[in-house]
Amino acid sequence: MHAIETKDVSFSYEGGGFRIAHLDLTVEEGEFLAVLGHNGSGKSTLARLLNGILVPDSGTIRVFGTPLDDQHLYEVRKQVGVVFQNPDNQTVASIVEDDVAFGAENVGLPREEIAKRVEFALGAVGMLGLRNAVVSRLSGGQKQRVAIAGVLALKPRVMILDESTAMLDPRGRREIVEVVKKLNREEKITVILITHFMEEALLADRAVVMNRGEIALTDTPAGIFARHEELLTYNLALPRIGVIAKKLTEGGLRVRDTLDPEQLAEDIARSVRR
Amino acid sequence: MKDVAFGQYYPVNSFVHRCDPRLKLFFLVAFIAAIFVANNFWALGACAAVLIAVVALSRVPLGKVLRAIRGVLILVIFSAVISVFFYSGETVYWKYGILCVTREGIFFSVFLIIRLFLLVICSSMLTYTTTPVALTDGIESIFHVHVLALIMSIALRFIPILMDETERIKNAQKARGADFESGNIFKRIKAIVPILIPLILSAFRRADELGDAMDARCYMGGKKRTKYKKLTFSWRDLVAFLTAAALVTGVALLRVYVGGM
Ligand SMILES: Nc1ncnc2c1ncn2[C@@H]1O[C@H](COP(=O)(O)OP(=O)(O)OP(=O)(O)O)[C@@H](O)[C@H]1O
Ligand SMILES: [Mg+2]
Repeated sequence: MHAIETKDVSFSYEGGGFRIAHLDLTVEEGEFLAVLGHNGSGKSTLARLLNGILVPDSGTIRVFGTPLDDQHLYEVRKQVGVVFQNPDNQTVASIVEDDVAFGAENVGLPREEIAKRVEFALGAVGMLGLRNAVVSRLSGGQKQRVAIAGVLALKPRVMILDESTAMLDPRGRREIVEVVKKLNREEKITVILITHFMEEALLADRAVVMNRGEIALTDTPAGIFARHEELLTYNLALPRIGVIAKKLTEGGLRVRDTLDPEQLAEDIARSVRR
Repeated sequence: MKDVAFGQYYPVNSFVHRCDPRLKLFFLVAFIAAIFVANNFWALGACAAVLIAVVALSRVPLGKVLRAIRGVLILVIFSAVISVFFYSGETVYWKYGILCVTREGIFFSVFLIIRLFLLVICSSMLTYTTTPVALTDGIESIFHVHVLALIMSIALRFIPILMDETERIKNAQKARGADFESGNIFKRIKAIVPILIPLILSAFRRADELGDAMDARCYMGGKKRTKYKKLTFSWRDLVAFLTAAALVTGVALLRVYVGGM
């Protein structure tokens, strides 16, 4: 069964020119999918469609076989958690554990179950020690981990992160990426990671590039980065390190396509020595 | 300002802190009733004794408790002076036109001062020993309105964020040469507009995002909702309840059998 399956989904905002047209996307259970795309390409719109915050004009969305419609809205929302971009705009309570409990309270779970889930969610993001901390005093990375925990408390099978690392410093970004990788590996949560950072996309099993409301490319992350020129037409630029690796290969040096400076250095050293 | 979530809350773990917020609200109402039923010094003394016991049990430093009085000192003195000069009574010490000082007037003023002090101290004990969130949780559970607690919780969460943001916008405008400190009142109000507009816009954007985040976490109003932390009464609350009941009864009995001064 597919974790997520959209068939011929179209959507446009009222009065806006932007349009998602005939979108077909399938995400497998346990998959780690990266979504890339320039500003305004429709990534957030896609995220909001996938858990029913926005409703498509036509087409169907299924989550583990359940159609996303009025009848099954909350059933689907429980399965598809979304973590947003701004760490300050998704917390409702001042205390960490109270905020994590919010979603579980909303769906009417008994208290003992909520307590268990808060415990589990905070443990999964490594924030158990800060369960009674005041949210506004946390770092950006910690706040986003709380946001992830708040989603985890609903025990979703799919987690969408809509540029959840965009406002963080490199350290915070690393914290979030680590947590997400772990959830994908250990909890078998299907991950859709929307990001501007190509390095993050490299962690995924598969990546899609969005362009003007359409899926322009689907491939492995490495495969996508190999299409350097094509990416430019979608207003996406490979990070400088990737361009350097590319030029080196063109110049006859045997290095892998990589965005990891360490790896590139290793490769250069190896081929130069030879 | 980051501490707004705790208001005046004084974080120690005392008997009073651990009482149920609903009971503390009840206690406050009962205490206020007792203060106004009390019409002789015995009764008022009983109220004061109970309050002193509460303060001692709460482990809130005396300095903090007295600071609560300082805020209303002028008001209290003012009302006391007014009532001394305008209260009419039988034993007149001094008279000039409509102004007079009587024995009854002096008693009344002293009563007034003590009552107001007791009132202010007792209310501030509530805020010193209860977080705003616990307080609204209490109110929510008494009146069964879920949105109230949610609004309170979100407001407390976002006030520090918006304060920070105001500061940031203000500094940005200052960097562009805006002047908030000089000029007459109209000039200053005019200078605030360029702060207010971006602030309001940003608040709306935040609200929009928060709404989505709440939807994504299955928020569907208060109907099905359960609570993670439930308020429960304990033996402390029984002690507090009995104290309040005894105080009100005692004061009422003193009023009937001893009478006013
Ligand atoms: N509520 C709305 N009403 C009308 N148009 C909107 C609304 N939200 C977004 N849009 C428009 O839809 C388009 C796609 O927006 P979307 O937020 O999905 O892009 P994105 O890929 O997430 O971009 P970014 O990288 O900036 O987050 C944009 O042109 C945007 O202006
Ligand atoms: Mg976006």
